Amino acid sequence: MNSLMGRAHLFGDDVNTDYVISGKYKFKTLDMNELAKHVMEDLHPGFYKEIEDGDFIVAGENFGCGSSREQAPLVLQAAGIGAVAAKSFARIFYRNCINVGLPVVECDTSEIGEGDELLVDLRKGRVHNVTRDRSIAAVPLPPVMVRILQDGGLVEHFKKHGGFKIEDEG
Amino acid sequence: MGTVSEEILSAHVGKEVTAGDIIIVPVDFIMGQDGTTSLTIQAFRNMGSKTIHDPDKFAFVIDHNSPSPLESVSNIHAMIREFAEEHDAILYDIGEGVCHQLMPEKGHVLPGGVVIGADSHTCTYGALNSFATGVGSTDLAAALISGKTWMKVPGTIKLVYNGSLSAGVFSKDVALHMVGELTANGATYKALEIQGEVIDALSVETRMTISNMAVETGAKVGIMRCDDKVKEYLRSRTTAHCRSVDATEDAKYDKVVEEDLSDLPPQISRPHDVDNVAPIDKVAGTEIDEVFIGTCTNGRYEDFAIAAKILAGKQVSRKVRLIVAPASRDIMLRCMEEGILAKMIQAGAAIVTPGCGPCVGTCGGIPADGEVVLSTANRNFKGRMGNSKAFIYLASPATAAYSAINGVISDPREVLG
Repeated sequence: MNSLMGRAHLFGDDVNTDYVISGKYKFKTLDMNELAKHVMEDLHPGFYKEIEDGDFIVAGENFGCGSSREQAPLVLQAAGIGAVAAKSFARIFYRNCINVGLPVVECDTSEIGEGDELLVDLRKGRVHNVTRDRSIAAVPLPPVMVRILQDGGLVEHFKKHGGFKIEDEG
Repeated sequence: MGTVSEEILSAHVGKEVTAGDIIIVPVDFIMGQDGTTSLTIQAFRNMGSKTIHDPDKFAFVIDHNSPSPLESVSNIHAMIREFAEEHDAILYDIGEGVCHQLMPEKGHVLPGGVVIGADSHTCTYGALNSFATGVGSTDLAAALISGKTWMKVPGTIKLVYNGSLSAGVFSKDVALHMVGELTANGATYKALEIQGEVIDALSVETRMTISNMAVETGAKVGIMRCDDKVKEYLRSRTTAHCRSVDATEDAKYDKVVEEDLSDLPPQISRPHDVDNVAPIDKVAGTEIDEVFIGTCTNGRYEDFAIAAKILAGKQVSRKVRLIVAPASRDIMLRCMEEGILAKMIQAGAAIVTPGCGPCVGTCGGIPADGEVVLSTANRNFKGRMGNSKAFIYLASPATAAYSAINGVISDPREVLG
Protein backbone atom coordinates (compact mmCIF):
# COMPACT_ATOMS: atom_id res chain seq x y z
CA MET A 1 0.00 0.00 0.00
CA ASN A 2 3.01 2.33 0.01
CA SER A 3 2.75 3.08 -3.69
CA LEU A 4 -0.52 3.85 -5.41
CA MET A 5 -1.39 4.60 -9.02
CA GLY A 6 -4.60 6.17 -10.26
CA ARG A 7 -6.39 8.83 -12.31
CA ALA A 8 -7.35 12.19 -10.84
CA HIS A 9 -10.95 13.35 -10.47
CA LEU A 10 -10.93 17.04 -9.60
CA PHE A 11 -13.05 18.75 -6.97
CA GLY A 12 -12.85 22.24 -5.45
CA ASP A 13 -12.44 23.72 -1.96
CA ASP A 14 -14.58 22.96 1.12
CA VAL A 15 -16.08 19.70 -0.16
CA ASN A 16 -18.13 18.68 2.89
CA THR A 17 -19.10 15.16 3.92
CA ASP A 18 -22.76 15.87 3.11
CA TYR A 19 -21.57 16.13 -0.51
CA VAL A 20 -19.50 12.95 -0.27
CA ILE A 21 -22.62 11.10 0.90
CA SER A 22 -25.85 12.91 1.64
CA GLY A 23 -27.59 12.52 5.00
CA LYS A 24 -30.77 11.51 3.24
CA TYR A 25 -29.10 8.25 2.16
CA LYS A 26 -26.55 7.54 4.84
CA PHE A 27 -29.01 7.14 7.68
CA LYS A 28 -30.97 4.51 5.76
CA THR A 29 -28.53 1.67 5.35
CA LEU A 30 -25.18 0.26 6.38
CA ASP A 31 -24.61 -1.19 2.91
CA MET A 32 -21.69 0.91 1.64
CA ASN A 33 -21.93 -0.57 -1.87
CA GLU A 34 -25.49 0.72 -2.08
CA LEU A 35 -24.49 4.14 -0.70
CA ALA A 36 -21.53 4.28 -3.10
CA LYS A 37 -23.95 4.79 -6.01
CA HIS A 38 -24.69 8.26 -4.57
CA VAL A 39 -21.10 9.33 -3.91
CA MET A 40 -20.59 13.07 -4.64
CA GLU A 41 -23.87 13.18 -6.54
CA ASP A 42 -24.93 16.68 -5.41
CA LEU A 43 -21.68 18.10 -6.83
CA HIS A 44 -21.22 15.75 -9.76
CA PRO A 45 -24.30 13.71 -10.76
CA GLY A 46 -23.36 10.27 -12.10
CA PHE A 47 -19.85 10.43 -10.61
CA TYR A 48 -20.07 6.82 -9.39
CA LYS A 49 -20.16 5.52 -12.97
CA GLU A 50 -16.98 7.39 -13.91
CA ILE A 51 -14.81 5.83 -11.22
CA GLU A 52 -12.36 3.08 -12.08
CA ASP A 53 -10.85 1.07 -9.26
CA GLY A 54 -7.93 2.90 -7.68
CA ASP A 55 -8.83 6.38 -8.98
CA PHE A 56 -8.01 9.41 -6.82
CA ILE A 57 -10.11 12.26 -5.57
CA VAL A 58 -8.04 15.43 -6.00
CA ALA A 59 -9.35 18.53 -4.25
CA GLY A 60 -8.50 21.95 -2.85
CA GLU A 61 -8.62 23.22 0.71
CA ASN A 62 -10.56 21.75 3.65
CA PHE A 63 -11.69 18.49 2.06
CA GLY A 64 -14.19 16.56 4.19
CA CYS A 65 -15.42 19.43 6.35
CA GLY A 66 -18.75 19.26 8.18
CA SER A 67 -20.36 16.15 9.59
CA SER A 68 -18.24 13.48 11.31
CA ARG A 69 -19.89 10.69 9.32
CA GLU A 70 -17.44 7.84 8.80
CA GLN A 71 -19.66 6.75 5.94
CA ALA A 72 -17.81 9.42 3.89
CA PRO A 73 -14.44 7.62 3.65
CA LEU A 74 -16.17 4.22 3.66
CA VAL A 75 -18.34 5.20 0.70
CA LEU A 76 -15.31 6.55 -1.19
CA GLN A 77 -13.56 3.21 -0.56
CA ALA A 78 -16.62 1.23 -1.64
CA ALA A 79 -16.84 3.33 -4.83
CA GLY A 80 -13.28 2.29 -5.70
CA ILE A 81 -11.39 5.45 -4.73
CA GLY A 82 -7.79 4.54 -3.89
CA ALA A 83 -6.74 7.74 -2.12
CA VAL A 84 -7.73 11.36 -1.57
CA ALA A 85 -5.24 14.14 -2.30
CA ALA A 86 -6.06 17.67 -1.18
CA LYS A 87 -4.36 20.92 -0.23
CA SER A 88 -5.78 20.47 3.27
CA PHE A 89 -8.26 18.25 5.08
CA ALA A 90 -10.87 18.78 7.78
CA ARG A 91 -9.68 17.00 10.90
CA ILE A 92 -12.44 14.46 11.59
CA PHE A 93 -12.51 13.31 7.97
CA TYR A 94 -8.73 13.00 8.04
CA ARG A 95 -8.69 10.80 11.14
CA ASN A 96 -11.61 8.76 9.81
CA CYS A 97 -9.58 8.03 6.66
CA ILE A 98 -6.63 6.82 8.72
CA ASN A 99 -8.92 4.76 10.95
CA VAL A 100 -10.64 3.00 8.04
CA GLY A 101 -7.43 2.65 6.02
CA LEU A 102 -8.12 5.08 3.16
CA PRO A 103 -4.86 6.86 2.29
CA VAL A 104 -4.87 10.66 2.41
CA VAL A 105 -2.25 12.86 0.79
CA GLU A 106 -1.81 16.50 1.76
CA CYS A 107 -0.09 18.32 -1.10
CA ASP A 108 -0.36 21.25 -3.51
CA THR A 109 -2.94 19.97 -5.97
CA SER A 110 -3.24 23.16 -8.05
CA GLU A 111 -1.23 21.85 -11.03
CA ILE A 112 -3.05 18.52 -11.30
CA GLY A 113 -5.46 18.24 -14.25
CA GLU A 114 -8.65 16.20 -14.64
CA GLY A 115 -7.73 12.63 -15.59
CA ASP A 116 -3.99 13.02 -14.88
CA GLU A 117 -2.25 9.76 -13.96
CA LEU A 118 -0.73 10.03 -10.49
CA LEU A 119 1.76 7.83 -8.68
CA VAL A 120 1.66 8.34 -4.93
CA ASP A 121 4.40 7.21 -2.56
CA LEU A 122 2.87 7.48 0.92
CA ARG A 123 5.99 6.54 2.82
CA LYS A 124 8.21 9.10 1.12
CA GLY A 125 5.41 11.65 0.99
CA ARG A 126 5.67 12.24 -2.76
CA VAL A 127 3.20 12.49 -5.62
CA HIS A 128 4.41 12.02 -9.19
CA ASN A 129 2.16 13.40 -11.91
CA VAL A 130 2.89 10.84 -14.64
CA THR A 131 0.86 12.69 -17.30
CA ARG A 132 2.80 15.93 -16.81
CA ASP A 133 6.04 14.27 -15.61
CA ARG A 134 6.15 16.47 -12.53
CA SER A 135 6.84 15.67 -8.88
CA ILE A 136 4.91 17.22 -6.01
CA ALA A 137 6.10 17.14 -2.40
CA ALA A 138 3.48 15.93 0.07
CA VAL A 139 3.24 16.42 3.83
CA PRO A 140 4.54 13.15 5.33
CA LEU A 141 2.14 11.34 7.65
CA PRO A 142 3.04 11.31 11.37
CA PRO A 143 4.38 7.89 12.47
CA VAL A 144 1.26 7.13 14.57
CA MET A 145 -0.92 7.43 11.49
CA VAL A 146 1.48 5.41 9.35
CA ARG A 147 1.31 2.64 11.96
CA ILE A 148 -2.48 2.58 11.96
CA LEU A 149 -2.60 2.69 8.14
CA GLN A 150 0.00 -0.08 7.89
CA ASP A 151 -2.10 -2.27 10.16
CA GLY A 152 -4.98 -1.67 7.73
CA GLY A 153 -6.89 0.79 9.92
CA LEU A 154 -7.81 1.08 13.59
CA VAL A 155 -10.02 -2.05 13.66
CA GLU A 156 -7.14 -4.21 12.44
CA HIS A 157 -4.77 -2.38 14.80
CA PHE A 158 -6.99 -3.25 17.79
CA LYS A 159 -7.49 -6.81 16.57
CA LYS A 160 -3.75 -7.26 16.34
CA HIS A 161 -2.75 -5.55 19.58
CA GLY A 162 -5.92 -5.63 21.72
CA GLY A 163 -5.71 -1.85 22.22
CA PHE A 164 -3.61 1.15 21.26
CA LYS A 165 -0.10 -0.08 20.61
CA ILE A 166 1.33 3.33 19.90
CA GLU A 167 4.00 5.13 21.83
CA ASP A 168 3.16 8.67 22.83
CA GLU A 169 5.21 11.11 20.85
CA GLY A 170 4.63 13.92 23.33
CA MET B 1 2.13 26.15 31.36
CA GLY B 2 -0.22 26.41 28.43
CA THR B 3 -3.52 27.08 26.76
CA VAL B 4 -6.73 25.62 28.17
CA SER B 5 -6.43 22.68 25.77
CA GLU B 6 -2.80 22.01 26.67
CA GLU B 7 -3.62 22.22 30.39
CA ILE B 8 -6.58 19.84 30.15
CA LEU B 9 -4.74 17.32 27.99
CA SER B 10 -1.57 17.49 30.13
CA ALA B 11 -3.63 16.76 33.24
CA HIS B 12 -5.20 13.79 31.50
CA VAL B 13 -2.01 12.17 30.25
CA GLY B 14 -0.06 12.98 33.40
CA LYS B 15 2.75 14.92 31.77
CA GLU B 16 3.18 18.25 30.07
CA VAL B 17 2.14 18.19 26.42
CA THR B 18 2.17 21.04 23.92
CA ALA B 19 0.63 21.85 20.55
CA GLY B 20 1.68 19.37 17.87
CA ASP B 21 2.26 16.41 20.21
CA ILE B 22 0.37 13.26 19.36
CA ILE B 23 -1.02 11.58 22.47
CA ILE B 24 -3.17 8.69 23.59
CA VAL B 25 -5.53 10.36 26.03
CA PRO B 26 -8.06 8.91 28.50
CA VAL B 27 -11.58 10.26 27.94
CA ASP B 28 -14.15 11.15 30.60
CA PHE B 29 -17.28 10.61 28.54
CA ILE B 30 -18.17 9.10 25.17
CA MET B 31 -21.29 9.79 23.10
CA GLY B 32 -22.68 8.19 19.96
CA GLN B 33 -25.81 9.03 17.97
CA ASP B 34 -27.94 6.86 15.70
CA GLY B 35 -26.40 8.13 12.45
CA THR B 36 -22.88 7.11 13.42
CA THR B 37 -23.18 4.47 16.14
CA SER B 38 -24.26 1.59 13.94
CA LEU B 39 -20.78 1.76 12.38
CA THR B 40 -19.29 1.94 15.88
CA ILE B 41 -21.05 -1.29 16.84
CA GLN B 42 -19.75 -2.97 13.68
CA ALA B 43 -16.20 -1.76 14.38
CA PHE B 44 -16.47 -2.81 18.05
CA ARG B 45 -17.47 -6.33 17.02
CA ASN B 46 -14.81 -6.49 14.32
CA MET B 47 -12.19 -5.48 16.87
CA GLY B 48 -13.05 -8.70 18.65
CA SER B 49 -14.07 -7.13 21.92
CA LYS B 50 -16.88 -8.39 24.12
CA THR B 51 -16.99 -5.75 26.85
CA ILE B 52 -16.95 -2.00 27.05
CA HIS B 53 -14.45 -0.19 29.23
CA ASP B 54 -16.89 1.71 31.45
CA PRO B 55 -20.65 1.61 30.74
CA ASP B 56 -21.24 4.62 33.03
CA LYS B 57 -19.15 6.79 30.75
CA PHE B 58 -20.95 5.95 27.56
CA ALA B 59 -24.28 7.15 26.16
CA PHE B 60 -26.17 6.42 22.95
CA VAL B 61 -28.68 8.95 21.68
CA ILE B 62 -31.31 8.11 19.05
CA ASP B 63 -31.96 11.60 17.67
CA HIS B 64 -30.86 11.95 14.05
CA ASN B 65 -33.64 10.00 12.42
CA SER B 66 -36.26 9.86 15.08
CA PRO B 67 -38.91 8.57 15.37
CA SER B 68 -37.89 6.23 12.58
CA PRO B 69 -39.54 7.05 9.24
CA LEU B 70 -38.34 3.84 7.55
CA GLU B 71 -38.08 0.12 8.09
CA SER B 72 -34.31 0.13 7.47
CA VAL B 73 -33.79 2.89 10.04
CA SER B 74 -35.95 1.02 12.56
CA ASN B 75 -33.63 -1.94 12.22
CA ILE B 76 -30.58 0.26 12.86
CA HIS B 77 -32.31 1.68 15.95
CA ALA B 78 -33.14 -1.84 17.13
CA MET B 79 -29.48 -2.81 16.77
CA ILE B 80 -28.45 0.19 18.90
CA ARG B 81 -31.02 -0.57 21.62
CA GLU B 82 -29.92 -4.19 21.75
CA PHE B 83 -26.25 -3.23 22.06
CA ALA B 84 -26.98 -0.66 24.78
CA GLU B 85 -28.93 -3.23 26.76
CA GLU B 86 -26.31 -5.93 26.31
CA HIS B 87 -23.58 -3.63 27.63
CA ASP B 88 -25.65 -1.78 30.19
CA ALA B 89 -24.83 1.55 28.52
CA ILE B 90 -26.91 4.71 28.89
CA LEU B 91 -29.51 5.08 26.14
CA TYR B 92 -31.58 8.14 25.31
CA ASP B 93 -34.30 6.96 22.98
CA ILE B 94 -36.60 8.79 20.56
CA GLY B 95 -38.14 12.00 21.83
CA GLU B 96 -35.66 12.54 24.64
CA GLY B 97 -33.77 15.08 22.61
CA VAL B 98 -30.71 16.06 20.61
CA CYS B 99 -27.45 14.55 21.86
CA HIS B 100 -25.73 17.93 22.28
CA GLN B 101 -28.47 19.17 24.57
CA LEU B 102 -28.77 15.93 26.53
CA MET B 103 -25.05 15.56 27.33
CA PRO B 104 -24.84 18.85 29.28
CA GLU B 105 -28.45 18.72 30.49
CA LYS B 106 -28.04 15.28 32.06
CA GLY B 107 -24.76 16.18 33.74
CA HIS B 108 -22.43 14.06 31.59
CA VAL B 109 -20.11 16.95 30.81
CA LEU B 110 -17.78 18.51 33.37
CA PRO B 111 -15.36 21.44 33.25
CA GLY B 112 -11.77 20.41 32.61
CA GLY B 113 -12.86 17.06 31.16
CA VAL B 114 -12.22 15.35 27.84
CA VAL B 115 -15.32 14.23 25.93
CA ILE B 116 -15.51 12.63 22.51
CA GLY B 117 -18.61 12.08 20.47
CA ALA B 118 -19.25 10.54 17.09
CA ASP B 119 -20.77 13.78 15.89
CA SER B 120 -18.99 16.88 14.69
CA HIS B 121 -20.95 19.24 16.94
CA THR B 122 -19.63 17.59 20.10
CA CYS B 123 -17.62 20.83 20.44
CA THR B 124 -20.85 22.34 21.89
CA TYR B 125 -19.72 21.35 25.41
CA GLY B 126 -16.77 23.73 25.17
CA ALA B 127 -19.22 26.19 26.73
CA LEU B 128 -18.82 24.14 29.93
CA ASN B 129 -15.00 24.39 29.79
CA SER B 130 -14.82 20.84 28.42
CA PHE B 131 -12.28 19.68 25.86
CA ALA B 132 -15.07 18.15 23.78
CA THR B 133 -14.58 17.15 20.17
CA GLY B 134 -16.11 15.13 17.39
CA VAL B 135 -14.51 11.91 16.18
CA GLY B 136 -15.44 9.08 13.85
CA SER B 137 -17.32 5.86 14.52
CA THR B 138 -14.22 3.67 14.66
CA ASP B 139 -12.60 6.14 17.09
CA LEU B 140 -15.61 5.66 19.29
CA ALA B 141 -15.30 1.87 19.15
CA ALA B 142 -11.64 2.12 20.15
CA ALA B 143 -12.58 4.39 23.08
CA LEU B 144 -15.37 2.03 24.13
CA ILE B 145 -12.84 -0.76 24.43
CA SER B 146 -9.84 1.13 25.81
CA GLY B 147 -11.30 4.26 27.43
CA LYS B 148 -8.85 6.24 25.33
CA THR B 149 -8.42 7.98 22.00
CA TRP B 150 -5.52 9.24 19.87
CA MET B 151 -5.23 12.94 19.40
CA LYS B 152 -2.96 15.70 18.21
CA VAL B 153 -2.68 18.46 20.79
CA PRO B 154 -4.05 21.52 18.98
CA GLY B 155 -2.60 25.00 18.74
CA THR B 156 -5.04 27.68 19.87
CA ILE B 157 -6.65 30.81 18.48
CA LYS B 158 -8.01 33.06 21.22
CA LEU B 159 -11.12 35.12 20.46
CA VAL B 160 -11.99 37.92 22.85
CA TYR B 161 -15.43 39.44 22.26
CA ASN B 162 -15.95 42.62 24.26
CA GLY B 163 -18.72 45.19 24.49
CA SER B 164 -22.39 44.35 24.86
CA LEU B 165 -24.75 43.07 22.21
CA SER B 166 -27.51 45.40 20.97
CA ALA B 167 -31.18 44.53 21.46
CA GLY B 168 -32.22 42.04 18.77
CA VAL B 169 -28.70 40.61 18.51
CA PHE B 170 -28.01 37.21 20.07
CA SER B 171 -25.34 34.57 20.60
CA LYS B 172 -26.22 33.06 17.21
CA ASP B 173 -25.24 36.32 15.56
CA VAL B 174 -21.90 36.14 17.39
CA ALA B 175 -21.46 32.54 16.22
CA LEU B 176 -22.20 33.43 12.58
CA HIS B 177 -19.90 36.44 12.79
CA MET B 178 -17.14 34.18 14.16
CA VAL B 179 -17.53 31.70 11.29
CA GLY B 180 -17.73 34.47 8.69
CA GLU B 181 -14.53 36.07 9.98
CA LEU B 182 -12.50 32.89 10.49
CA THR B 183 -13.95 31.14 7.39
CA ALA B 184 -14.68 27.42 7.01
CA ASN B 185 -11.06 26.36 7.41
CA GLY B 186 -9.59 29.28 9.36
CA ALA B 187 -9.11 27.18 12.48
CA THR B 188 -8.64 23.68 11.03
CA TYR B 189 -6.92 21.33 13.54
CA LYS B 190 -6.92 24.17 16.10
CA ALA B 191 -8.67 24.94 19.36
CA LEU B 192 -10.66 28.13 19.83
CA GLU B 193 -10.67 29.79 23.25
CA ILE B 194 -13.67 32.09 23.28
CA GLN B 195 -14.08 34.70 26.00
CA GLY B 196 -14.71 38.37 26.76
CA GLU B 197 -17.50 40.57 28.12
CA VAL B 198 -20.00 39.37 25.51
CA ILE B 199 -19.51 35.74 26.56
CA ASP B 200 -19.56 36.58 30.28
CA ALA B 201 -22.96 38.24 29.84
CA LEU B 202 -24.54 35.23 28.10
CA SER B 203 -26.29 32.35 29.86
CA VAL B 204 -24.61 28.94 29.73
CA GLU B 205 -27.13 27.58 27.22
CA THR B 206 -26.79 30.53 24.85
CA ARG B 207 -22.98 30.19 25.06
CA MET B 208 -23.44 26.65 23.73
CA THR B 209 -24.68 28.15 20.44
CA ILE B 210 -21.23 29.67 19.88
CA SER B 211 -19.17 26.64 20.95
CA ASN B 212 -21.47 24.50 18.77
CA MET B 213 -20.41 26.38 15.65
CA ALA B 214 -16.66 26.23 16.37
CA VAL B 215 -16.44 23.20 14.07
CA GLU B 216 -17.73 25.32 11.17
CA THR B 217 -14.34 27.07 11.25
CA GLY B 218 -12.61 23.67 11.19
CA ALA B 219 -11.77 23.90 14.91
CA LYS B 220 -11.41 20.89 17.17
CA VAL B 221 -12.92 22.59 20.22
CA GLY B 222 -14.54 25.93 21.08
CA ILE B 223 -13.69 26.22 24.73
CA MET B 224 -14.86 28.83 27.23
CA ARG B 225 -14.08 29.66 30.85
CA CYS B 226 -15.81 28.02 33.77
CA ASP B 227 -17.46 30.82 35.74
CA ASP B 228 -20.16 30.91 38.43
CA LYS B 229 -22.87 30.52 35.78
CA VAL B 230 -21.37 27.21 34.66
CA LYS B 231 -21.07 25.99 38.26
CA GLU B 232 -24.67 26.99 38.91
CA TYR B 233 -25.81 25.22 35.72
CA LEU B 234 -24.10 22.02 36.87
CA ARG B 235 -25.18 22.16 40.52
CA SER B 236 -28.51 20.47 39.95
CA ARG B 237 -27.19 18.13 37.27
CA THR B 238 -24.20 16.39 38.80
CA THR B 239 -22.61 15.70 42.13
CA ALA B 240 -19.20 15.24 40.52
CA HIS B 241 -16.40 17.56 41.49
CA CYS B 242 -15.83 20.45 39.06
CA ARG B 243 -12.22 21.23 38.32
CA SER B 244 -12.25 24.14 35.94
CA VAL B 245 -9.17 24.80 33.85
CA ASP B 246 -7.85 28.12 32.66
CA ALA B 247 -4.86 29.00 30.51
CA THR B 248 -1.66 29.98 32.26
CA GLU B 249 -0.34 33.51 31.80
CA ASP B 250 2.55 32.35 29.66
CA ALA B 251 0.31 30.36 27.28
CA LYS B 252 1.34 30.63 23.63
CA TYR B 253 -1.36 31.37 21.09
CA ASP B 254 -1.24 31.01 17.32
CA LYS B 255 -3.36 34.14 17.11
CA VAL B 256 -5.36 36.42 19.39
CA VAL B 257 -8.33 38.34 17.98
CA GLU B 258 -9.96 41.05 20.07
CA GLU B 259 -13.16 42.71 18.92
CA ASP B 260 -15.86 44.95 20.27
CA LEU B 261 -19.23 43.55 19.20
CA SER B 262 -21.42 46.38 20.51
CA ASP B 263 -22.33 47.44 16.96
CA LEU B 264 -22.78 43.94 15.54
CA PRO B 265 -26.03 43.76 13.54
CA PRO B 266 -28.00 40.49 13.19
CA GLN B 267 -26.06 38.11 10.93
CA ILE B 268 -27.22 35.75 8.20
CA SER B 269 -25.39 32.87 6.57
CA ARG B 270 -26.34 32.50 2.91
CA PRO B 271 -26.49 29.35 0.74
CA HIS B 272 -24.53 27.04 0.39
CA ASP B 273 -21.63 27.64 2.78
CA VAL B 274 -21.80 28.45 6.48
CA ASP B 275 -19.04 31.06 6.18
CA ASN B 276 -20.98 32.97 3.52
CA VAL B 277 -22.08 35.40 6.23
CA ALA B 278 -23.54 38.89 5.77
CA PRO B 279 -25.25 41.51 7.94
CA ILE B 280 -29.02 41.14 7.73
CA ASP B 281 -29.61 44.24 5.59
CA LYS B 282 -27.87 42.50 2.66
CA VAL B 283 -30.60 39.84 2.45
CA ALA B 284 -33.62 41.45 4.12
CA GLY B 285 -36.68 41.06 1.89
CA THR B 286 -35.66 37.64 0.53
CA GLU B 287 -38.82 35.53 0.21
CA ILE B 288 -38.92 32.36 2.29
CA ASP B 289 -40.99 29.17 2.16
CA GLU B 290 -40.03 27.43 5.36
CA VAL B 291 -38.70 28.51 8.76
CA PHE B 292 -37.13 26.00 11.11
CA ILE B 293 -36.43 26.79 14.76
CA GLY B 294 -34.61 24.07 16.66
CA THR B 295 -31.37 21.98 16.56
CA CYS B 296 -28.32 21.62 18.79
CA THR B 297 -27.47 25.21 17.88
CA ASN B 298 -30.74 26.95 18.75
CA GLY B 299 -33.36 24.59 20.14
CA ARG B 300 -33.12 25.66 23.78
CA TYR B 301 -35.48 27.34 26.22
CA GLU B 302 -34.31 30.91 25.63
CA ASP B 303 -34.51 30.41 21.85
CA PHE B 304 -38.20 29.54 22.07
CA ALA B 305 -38.88 32.19 24.70
CA ILE B 306 -37.73 34.93 22.31
CA ALA B 307 -39.45 33.31 19.32
CA ALA B 308 -42.73 33.09 21.26
CA LYS B 309 -42.40 36.69 22.38
CA ILE B 310 -42.20 37.77 18.73
CA LEU B 311 -44.91 35.36 17.52
CA ALA B 312 -47.38 36.02 20.35
CA GLY B 313 -50.71 37.24 18.99
CA LYS B 314 -49.42 37.19 15.41
CA GLN B 315 -49.85 34.76 12.52
CA VAL B 316 -47.11 33.15 10.47
CA SER B 317 -47.31 34.30 6.83
CA ARG B 318 -49.60 32.13 4.68
CA LYS B 319 -46.66 31.51 2.37
CA VAL B 320 -44.47 30.12 5.16
CA ARG B 321 -44.38 26.81 7.03
CA LEU B 322 -42.96 27.23 10.54
CA ILE B 323 -41.44 24.06 12.01
CA VAL B 324 -40.31 23.95 15.63
CA ALA B 325 -38.23 21.18 17.25
CA PRO B 326 -37.29 21.58 20.91
CA ALA B 327 -33.80 20.21 21.60
CA SER B 328 -34.97 18.06 24.50
CA ARG B 329 -38.01 16.72 26.28
CA ASP B 330 -37.22 18.87 29.33
CA ILE B 331 -37.11 21.99 27.16
CA MET B 332 -40.37 21.02 25.48
CA LEU B 333 -42.04 20.46 28.86
CA ARG B 334 -40.80 23.78 30.22
CA CYS B 335 -42.01 25.57 27.08
CA MET B 336 -45.37 23.85 27.50
CA GLU B 337 -45.69 24.76 31.15
CA GLU B 338 -44.82 28.40 30.50
CA GLY B 339 -47.22 28.78 27.56
CA ILE B 340 -44.39 29.27 25.07
CA LEU B 341 -45.42 26.32 22.92
CA ALA B 342 -49.04 27.53 22.94
CA LYS B 343 -48.01 30.95 21.61
CA MET B 344 -46.01 29.38 18.80
CA ILE B 345 -48.75 26.89 17.91
CA GLN B 346 -51.40 29.63 17.94
CA ALA B 347 -49.22 31.59 15.50
CA GLY B 348 -49.20 28.58 13.18
CA ALA B 349 -46.12 26.57 14.15
CA ALA B 350 -45.93 22.81 13.60
CA ILE B 351 -44.12 21.18 16.53
CA VAL B 352 -42.07 18.06 15.76
CA THR B 353 -40.39 15.53 18.06
CA PRO B 354 -37.28 16.71 19.90
CA GLY B 355 -34.44 15.55 17.64
CA CYS B 356 -32.38 16.41 14.56
CA GLY B 357 -34.69 15.37 11.67
CA PRO B 358 -35.26 18.60 9.70
CA CYS B 359 -31.65 19.84 10.08
CA VAL B 360 -30.10 16.67 8.65
CA GLY B 361 -32.80 16.02 6.05
CA THR B 362 -34.01 12.72 7.44
CA CYS B 363 -37.56 13.60 8.46
CA GLY B 364 -39.83 16.37 9.66
CA GLY B 365 -39.63 19.16 7.07
CA ILE B 366 -37.76 18.42 3.84
CA PRO B 367 -38.07 21.45 1.49
CA ALA B 368 -39.26 21.22 -2.13
CA ASP B 369 -37.18 22.06 -5.22
CA GLY B 370 -36.25 25.72 -5.40
CA GLU B 371 -37.63 26.52 -1.95
CA VAL B 372 -35.92 28.87 0.47
CA VAL B 373 -35.52 27.90 4.11
CA LEU B 374 -34.53 30.14 7.00
CA SER B 375 -33.17 27.90 9.73
CA THR B 376 -31.60 28.32 13.17
CA ALA B 377 -29.29 25.33 12.50
CA ASN B 378 -25.53 25.36 12.01
CA ARG B 379 -25.19 24.12 8.42
CA ASN B 380 -26.64 25.27 5.11
CA PHE B 381 -24.79 22.94 2.74
CA LYS B 382 -26.54 22.09 -0.50
CA GLY B 383 -28.76 19.07 0.21
CA ARG B 384 -28.34 19.38 3.97
CA MET B 385 -32.08 19.42 4.68
CA GLY B 386 -32.72 16.58 2.24
CA ASN B 387 -33.11 18.44 -1.06
CA SER B 388 -30.10 19.67 -3.02
CA LYS B 389 -32.36 22.02 -5.01
CA ALA B 390 -33.34 24.02 -1.91
CA PHE B 391 -31.61 27.13 -0.49
CA ILE B 392 -30.85 27.41 3.23
CA TYR B 393 -30.16 30.61 5.16
CA LEU B 394 -29.04 30.49 8.82
CA ALA B 395 -29.99 33.02 11.48
CA SER B 396 -30.98 33.52 15.12
CA PRO B 397 -34.35 32.35 16.49
CA ALA B 398 -35.48 36.00 16.73
CA THR B 399 -34.67 36.64 13.07
CA ALA B 400 -36.35 33.34 12.15
CA ALA B 401 -39.54 34.05 14.10
CA TYR B 402 -39.94 37.62 12.85
CA SER B 403 -39.23 36.55 9.27
CA ALA B 404 -41.86 33.79 9.55
CA ILE B 405 -44.51 36.42 10.25
CA ASN B 406 -43.43 38.63 7.35
CA GLY B 407 -42.79 35.88 4.79
CA VAL B 408 -39.47 37.52 3.95
CA ILE B 409 -36.12 37.71 5.78
CA SER B 410 -36.63 40.52 8.28
CA ASP B 411 -34.54 42.38 10.86
CA PRO B 412 -35.77 41.53 14.39
CA ARG B 413 -34.51 44.87 15.69
CA GLU B 414 -37.70 46.30 14.15
CA VAL B 415 -39.62 44.68 17.02
CA LEU B 416 -36.91 44.21 19.63
CA GLY B 417 -34.76 47.29 19.16
